[in-house]
Amino acid sequence: MSTRLKNGGRMIDRTKPVDFMWNGRKLSGFKGDTLASALLANDQMLVGRSFKYHRPRGIMAAGPEEPNALVNLGSGDRFEPNQRTTTTELFQGLTAKSQNHWPSLEFDVGAVNKHLSRVFPAGFYYKTFMFPRFAWKHVFEPIVRQAAGLGNVPTDRDADRYEYFYHHVDILVIGGGIAGLAATLAAGRSGATVMLLEQTADFGGRAVVDGGEIDGKPVQEWVGDTVAALKELPNVTLRPRTMGAGVYDHGYATGYERVNDHVPGDGRPRHRLWRIRTKRIVTATGAIERPISFAGNDIPGVMLAGSVRDFMVNHGVSLGDRVVIATNNDDAYRTAIAVKTAGLQVPLVVDARETVTGELPEQARAMGIQIATGTAISSVKGGKRVTAVAITPQNGTGHVTDEIACDIVAMSGGWSPVVHLWSHCGGKLNWDAEQAMFRPDGLRPPFGADGQGFVLVAGTANGYLDMAKVLHDAVAAGKRAAEEAGFQPSDEAVPLVDTKAESPILPVWTMPQVQSAKLQMKTWLDFQNDVKVSDVRLAAREGYESVEHTKRYTTLGMATDQGKLSNINGLAILADSLNAEIPQVGTTTFRPPYHPISFGAIAGEARGDIFKVLRRSPIHDWIDQNGGFWEPVGDWRRPYCFQKPGESVKDAVHREINQTRNSVGLLDASTLGKIIVKGPDAGRFLDMLYTNMMSTLKVGRCRYGLMCTENGFLSDDGVVARLSEDTFVCHTTSGGSDRIHAWMEEWLQTEWWDWEVYTANVTEQFAQIAIVGPKARQVIEKMGLDGLDVSAEALPFMAFAEGKIADIPARAFRISFSGELSYEIAVPAARGQAFWEAALAAGAEFGISPYGTEALHVMRAEKGFIMIGDETDGTVIPQDLGLSWAISKKKDDFLGKRAQQRSHMTDPNRWRLVGLETVDPQVVLPDGAYAVDGTTRANGIKNMIGRVTSTYWSPTLKRSIAMGLVEHGPERMGDIIVFPTVTGEEIKTKIVDPVFYDKEGARQNV
Amino acid sequence: MSNAISVKNGAEFNGAVRVSDAGLKGMITLRGDLSSTKLAAAVQETTGLAIPSRREIVFKGETGIAWMSPDELLIFCAYEQAEMQVAALTETLTGSHFLAVNVSDARAQFSLHGAGVREVIAKGSPANLSPAVLNPHEIRRTRLGQVAVAFWLSADDRLELVCFRSVGAFVYDWLCIAAAKDSLPEVY
Amino acid sequence: MLLLTCPCCGVDADETELAPGGEAHVTRFGAGASDDDFEGYLFHRKNPKGVHFERWRHAMGCGKWFHAARATDTLEVFGTYSAQVLAPPKDLIEKIKLKRPDWEGF
Repeated sequence: MSTRLKNGGRMIDRTKPVDFMWNGRKLSGFKGDTLASALLANDQMLVGRSFKYHRPRGIMAAGPEEPNALVNLGSGDRFEPNQRTTTTELFQGLTAKSQNHWPSLEFDVGAVNKHLSRVFPAGFYYKTFMFPRFAWKHVFEPIVRQAAGLGNVPTDRDADRYEYFYHHVDILVIGGGIAGLAATLAAGRSGATVMLLEQTADFGGRAVVDGGEIDGKPVQEWVGDTVAALKELPNVTLRPRTMGAGVYDHGYATGYERVNDHVPGDGRPRHRLWRIRTKRIVTATGAIERPISFAGNDIPGVMLAGSVRDFMVNHGVSLGDRVVIATNNDDAYRTAIAVKTAGLQVPLVVDARETVTGELPEQARAMGIQIATGTAISSVKGGKRVTAVAITPQNGTGHVTDEIACDIVAMSGGWSPVVHLWSHCGGKLNWDAEQAMFRPDGLRPPFGADGQGFVLVAGTANGYLDMAKVLHDAVAAGKRAAEEAGFQPSDEAVPLVDTKAESPILPVWTMPQVQSAKLQMKTWLDFQNDVKVSDVRLAAREGYESVEHTKRYTTLGMATDQGKLSNINGLAILADSLNAEIPQVGTTTFRPPYHPISFGAIAGEARGDIFKVLRRSPIHDWIDQNGGFWEPVGDWRRPYCFQKPGESVKDAVHREINQTRNSVGLLDASTLGKIIVKGPDAGRFLDMLYTNMMSTLKVGRCRYGLMCTENGFLSDDGVVARLSEDTFVCHTTSGGSDRIHAWMEEWLQTEWWDWEVYTANVTEQFAQIAIVGPKARQVIEKMGLDGLDVSAEALPFMAFAEGKIADIPARAFRISFSGELSYEIAVPAARGQAFWEAALAAGAEFGISPYGTEALHVMRAEKGFIMIGDETDGTVIPQDLGLSWAISKKKDDFLGKRAQQRSHMTDPNRWRLVGLETVDPQVVLPDGAYAVDGTTRANGIKNMIGRVTSTYWSPTLKRSIAMGLVEHGPERMGDIIVFPTVTGEEIKTKIVDPVFYDKEGARQNV
Repeated sequence: MSNAISVKNGAEFNGAVRVSDAGLKGMITLRGDLSSTKLAAAVQETTGLAIPSRREIVFKGETGIAWMSPDELLIFCAYEQAEMQVAALTETLTGSHFLAVNVSDARAQFSLHGAGVREVIAKGSPANLSPAVLNPHEIRRTRLGQVAVAFWLSADDRLELVCFRSVGAFVYDWLCIAAAKDSLPEVY
Repeated sequence: MLLLTCPCCGVDADETELAPGGEAHVTRFGAGASDDDFEGYLFHRKNPKGVHFERWRHAMGCGKWFHAARATDTLEVFGTYSAQVLAPPKDLIEKIKLKRPDWEGF
């Protein structure tokens, strides 16, 4: 059993017990525990079930590489699944539940899946997706649904808040072990600004666990002194509980700070995502121990050897009374020595090497620990907990020579440097055969903006396992980073270390070297995704040679631990199966984040009301308080209609239209773009931008214009008014103001930079309010005029005038998008609401009513006016829309002119705009419906000859109206065409002129 | 102009720093050849200030000038003065190529007050806000979250931020959330 | 996440402040151009692996366009320069030739 030792545990405070709940049971740990160490102290080795076969799984590691011990953490609005117990700091009141089992952890129905393992071979999903089709739905899916899934989905809204923080430093050091500390000190003493990120709450890393002396002091003391020295440096920032999550181009890195996960709800943000821009990054990320592939290596109680001593040294937790060590290197003997020193038994060290002579093994021998060399574990015995191991010669095929009772197997297959952050941005690796590890190739770093490598690696992450070499490398990396960041490097000395000589590792990819098929079926590579040696070998047999393909086919390394334990072993097995060398097979791509980070951190502040930018017109609040039924238009909100109590949306729209057509209505048109274009070349510039001629526009007058892209497609439209000889104001669509302003500036800055034109986007300077309807003039006159005359004679259609209305400075444009007498009045935005309310007051006697975008749309459609985004979709040219009248034939050039001469643009078969009247006037065509001609295309689909672009019920005409693009449409006036609907019926529709109402324009011209 | 209202009408929030709607400000976009003596003279005559250097912002009382781009200045004045100043500039500069336009109503301005003003903004802007880089005479145009803003430090513990009026309420909400109590990382 | 120095306002601009504008120094062909010239202008781009001249706009900043000379493979930035030129500055071309002797040239 695992339990708390009487003594030891450098991280825990035995005077501060911490209570927590595990699967509904109250347990107790100490301050300084992780959830994993507290569970182990309570003999909770079994913590979950595996993903595919629901095998019992225990805690295997002590850090972020842990594949098994994921739990449902918290409750209610602080519930989160798949939390790693090994990276979860224990706090009072923590609640956790094991996941991926039913009905209970101890007894799990899904465990029957393990007997079905023959139906879940490598490539299971691909194979079943392929064939046979019915089997997926009726056979495999029900089984997979039963088996699959990790934790539960949270149901409540997250109670916490999250944020970003952008930070700039000269040098970023990732990893707060002794290498990171030494590199930070060396860099910091040069005067550069340095930030050090450490993923745990404490500095020092593995070295503190492994012990020894630095500069004549115990490692722990040296770490303490170095941290204190770093805190003295004002240019150095230390950030514990902050993981280096990703490295990106040009010295950009993200840090994931778990601000208050250990004190939830203390008022601070839960997670903070640091977005750091730096000149040089030093990764001092250490190494991760590899498991060994032997049968039964997933049974609870089989653990990484380094993690066994982590729990002992850091948390004073004994994992078991009898610990068998399985290794191929000297480091595991540190665990043997630690276990023995704690008064527990080490029945045997199973060492695959024939000769074992290093200082550590000798020390172990001297302590009376028995070492079996050239030996392997054939298989591990036990169900929910290890009971024994069967021993066999490593170079044999697995015949059992002995069986040894134990409750822990501490395995060490060697150490893999954590090269993720080096590799995220393209740093390359070399295979070091002697040490059996991939190491960063310093000559092939990720390149920065200066053409130099911007990531340096220090210490164990760089492949140095010896403490003296680690510190030497780290100090050098710190100095080099400082120098490359433009600082005079410090003369910081390398701390002195006396290290033990270690004998070389023997690469061991399976135990024994040749496994029978039966053993392969029980030898796990990826514990979280349940991938076994047999799966990788099968993939190789089926022809998978690329490691990237094998990864996806077998799902090796694709779980939430991203193969931290499995990838090297897996690719070694693949190499072996393919008879290739490991470097030829290579690694899969390392992608950020290093360890899963919360969605909250990724979202940062962007949630709730500020999830997405919202633009508000000056009348927004009034609309919100007066029945506005909002719809999004670009980043704006505009009212679709104004609902009165008890009124339907449809009725509101019809009421608004009738009121406006019969008397007077009011529209907030503030969102329309308004761009000032000024300069001696302004007319010439607008002639290039618009398809029609703008330079001939008279001062004081307005002209409707079209803008196209260089592809010839219609991009925007609006009314241009000439304010003075050299100044125009260009109106754009609501969604188009920023885009069109940028479009103008692009041409002025990058093509016609010698033209004298300035632009300014004044969209938001003005509230623009349209007063529309036969009574519009009376309303405005009643509001009080000062300095302007809005009569038909003084202010004719398509003219504008300036003065004061309701004592507010105003520019009144006589333009109309409804076909009615209409004034669009621009007033300063800060006085927009005052103007709006004045108009409402003045119009009260005419029953004035605000109207929304839907009434606007219906009224413009009744008039046959096009709408950008309805009649256009990025493939429509003005000629398609019957707008040839707005395309100047006098101009030598304008944007889009050349494209409109291309053969496809002049094709007479292009679909062109017509009006559409359903034969049954009560039937409204569905939006986007297609017309067919009864023939069939070569590919078997109905031949389409047109589509609906706008379709409404017209309360004015008391019938349905629509516009659409139809092949040869304008030549087919009066023809009946057919629109099939999704329900199978066919709507007979007559092609008509698109202007349905007041064709002569008499109403607007009064 | 009693019926003219700023975007948040004087709203205020007290958190890790104080965030307040700075009220209506006169702002004029002036585009032209910033190296021309005629333009310099016109600016001097209208504001009493010289044209600032690249990314510089200068203030004398309520009057100020910010360098916005190589051919653009933003002139600050009292809200009520803006139209008159545009007229004055236009008159003085007639005959040269320039654009002077009143943008007072197109903008919102917020004031942040407190020791943590740099850190509140650093939650949303990729600009370097560290004291070693951003000094009180610099106007920085950048983004805050998803929107374009410009800001400058008017004192060590005071930051002014200008954005478009339509996003003013959004930016104010954003600032209040970023300025929540106990939320600053305290690295500056 | 690129970092480009805007030559117009001098700011080291984060990629999120910038808007990309594609290949630089493309000659516009308008009305009257031949089909081939127009097709080249509208559709054909170099897309090299290596030295590339690009257009960028400091959209969330001073609003100005500028040019950048950049390696598309290593992301090395050779320099940024005015948008109001028809070709990269000579000294920049010399600098790139020194760093990339095998570069075919502008």
